[in-house]
Amino acid sequence: MSTPLLDVQDLKKHFPIKGGFFGGTTGHVYAVDGVSFHINKGETLSLVGESGCGKSTVGKAVLQLFGITAGQVVLDGKRIDDMPAGSLRPMRRRMQVVFQDPFSSLNPRMRVRDILAEPIRNFGLARNGAELTEKVGKLMDTVRLPRDAVNRWPHEFSGGQRQRIGIARALAAEPDLIICDEAVSALDVSVKAQIVNLLQELQEQLGLALLFISHDLAIVEHMTHRVAVMYLGKIVEVAPKRSLFAAPKHPYTEALLSAVPVPMPGKARERIILKGDVPSPINPPTGCRFHTRCPYVFDRCRVEEPPLSAVPTALEAGHTAACHLHDLPAEKNPLAVAKGQALLDI
Amino acid sequence: MAEPLLVVENLQTHFRTPDGINRAVDGVSFHVNAGETVAIVGESGCGKSVTSMSILRLIPEPPGKIAGSIRFQGRDLLKLSEPEMRSIRGNEISMIFQEPMTSLNPVLTIGRQIGETLRLHQGLSAKQAEDKAVEMLTLVGIPEPRRRVREYPHQLSGGMRQRVMIAIALACNPKLLIADEPTTALDVTIQAQILALMRDLKRTVGAAIVLITHDLGVVAEVAERVVVMYAGKKVEEAPVVELFNTPRHPYTQGLLGSMPKLGSSLTGTETRLAEIPGLVPSLKQKIPGCVFASRCPHATDLCVKVAPALEEKAPGHVAACHYALKEGAIAA
Repeated sequence: MSTPLLDVQDLKKHFPIKGGFFGGTTGHVYAVDGVSFHINKGETLSLVGESGCGKSTVGKAVLQLFGITAGQVVLDGKRIDDMPAGSLRPMRRRMQVVFQDPFSSLNPRMRVRDILAEPIRNFGLARNGAELTEKVGKLMDTVRLPRDAVNRWPHEFSGGQRQRIGIARALAAEPDLIICDEAVSALDVSVKAQIVNLLQELQEQLGLALLFISHDLAIVEHMTHRVAVMYLGKIVEVAPKRSLFAAPKHPYTEALLSAVPVPMPGKARERIILKGDVPSPINPPTGCRFHTRCPYVFDRCRVEEPPLSAVPTALEAGHTAACHLHDLPAEKNPLAVAKGQALLDI
Repeated sequence: MAEPLLVVENLQTHFRTPDGINRAVDGVSFHVNAGETVAIVGESGCGKSVTSMSILRLIPEPPGKIAGSIRFQGRDLLKLSEPEMRSIRGNEISMIFQEPMTSLNPVLTIGRQIGETLRLHQGLSAKQAEDKAVEMLTLVGIPEPRRRVREYPHQLSGGMRQRVMIAIALACNPKLLIADEPTTALDVTIQAQILALMRDLKRTVGAAIVLITHDLGVVAEVAERVVVMYAGKKVEEAPVVELFNTPRHPYTQGLLGSMPKLGSSLTGTETRLAEIPGLVPSLKQKIPGCVFASRCPHATDLCVKVAPALEEKAPGHVAACHYALKEGAIAA
């Protein structure tokens, strides 16, 4: 097998909490606590989970926007998390990001032309002014904005158009991987569809890999090749799309799927409503982190943390989950059967 | 038949701005029967929130201007004096706002905030109000209500705060509850809890609900009837099953077509999402024809020139479209 484009091994990011009389460290937020995954060239991996599960922190750690606590990030065979700033710079070109809020992620004092030209200049991708102008024009074509809009300011555009500018800016550096951190969440339904279609077309044309961070499972299912589900700083399940949606193998994934409201009125779906809230990542529960809300919890879950391992009853290969239920005999394991159809009522 | 609980007729809420009049809501009519759940859906800027704020007269005038009529139990709310209106707000009609983080007062205890409406409208003493607050917290499913009434909003999670908002709204047994995006700021598992709670409470309390949302999934879960708004106008109204099965207005069809369906990878229906091209028109110019004409795949000259009236296309199903498509299939 060829090497994956991005390989993340046992990534940890703990944020210290400062406080107390002398401003010392009084504890840590265990935002990401041992996460491993990989993304192949041209592939979309989606990272899903609820707010506070650490999915955005993973994105920022991959981008090296801050130092990581432990683990390693390998981009195309080169370990980048311990690289000195000078050699990291050319690697940064290969990973770009599109943020959630198109209203705050564009500099209001820069014209669109300058927003798009900045990465091209930074990485020396154009030899002269004419080539720069041509590249900027091509980027505008790619994201389907009129070329003459380059002279306008960000405030002159709608949310969807701004998100197109954000995508064009990410493409300007000619990256191999784009991290979309809730890139379509803030958009209206009809505009969201435009941006989702654009991202899919760009991926096909340019062979981009995407790390698609989102909480919207319907969009994720539409966009992705594989899905990783996060809960409280850990990945609890990773699977090819169809395998995950047809037969989820972690109780949290199952509850997430059943909780999404679907636009089909009058259908009584099987519902799993989780009790309580997500525990604090400052003081995560012992054993399995989901045991405080899990409907199938048993004694072992409270003391022993389940590792992420291959599930024998999975629909497709490459389906892993972190749950003790899969060590039980099939008749005692409520997740041994494929429940996707009942959960989604299709 | 008796008059419905709430009748909104030709509601027009306009705002005067430096560069012209913004027609945020422009001639919207609908009604809500006692105990019924009506959803108002649309995208940002379609006027759905302004409609709800207008019902409670929470629009500052000026720059706003509300015209038309809003009859609640036979009384026109637009003709009431401010003190009369105050006795209705929070008492007979109450509201849940989108942001559970910002709509509670951070320096007052939960108990004080629930008790406030009770003391004001029902003249309860502080002690009685606190007892009733505990009762309300129990009703909305907050554990250890005796301890929680003494706590402050920052000590609660987002889902808990939204439960407190619901408790405040229901404290005086309102006849009508307006919920403006009540679950938008919440995570899906918490959203499922709150929607289940709203369905249960509706059975026990029996209040009518006007649900303002952009999420068609939420609409399908809780509403009985749906009003679709676009650019300040009502473009379609139908019972919920009918609307989802046979949408008549091209905008509604576009909205439904642009949503990915969960489970698409299992049913093999992973097609390209339908897009609604273009943008919502500016509300500052008067649009002579159909408001959706600039984005509509079926638009003709007639649509650009003449605004279509709302016509009944099927029993209880109205749409404002000259060509109100007969077949219910979602335009691909």
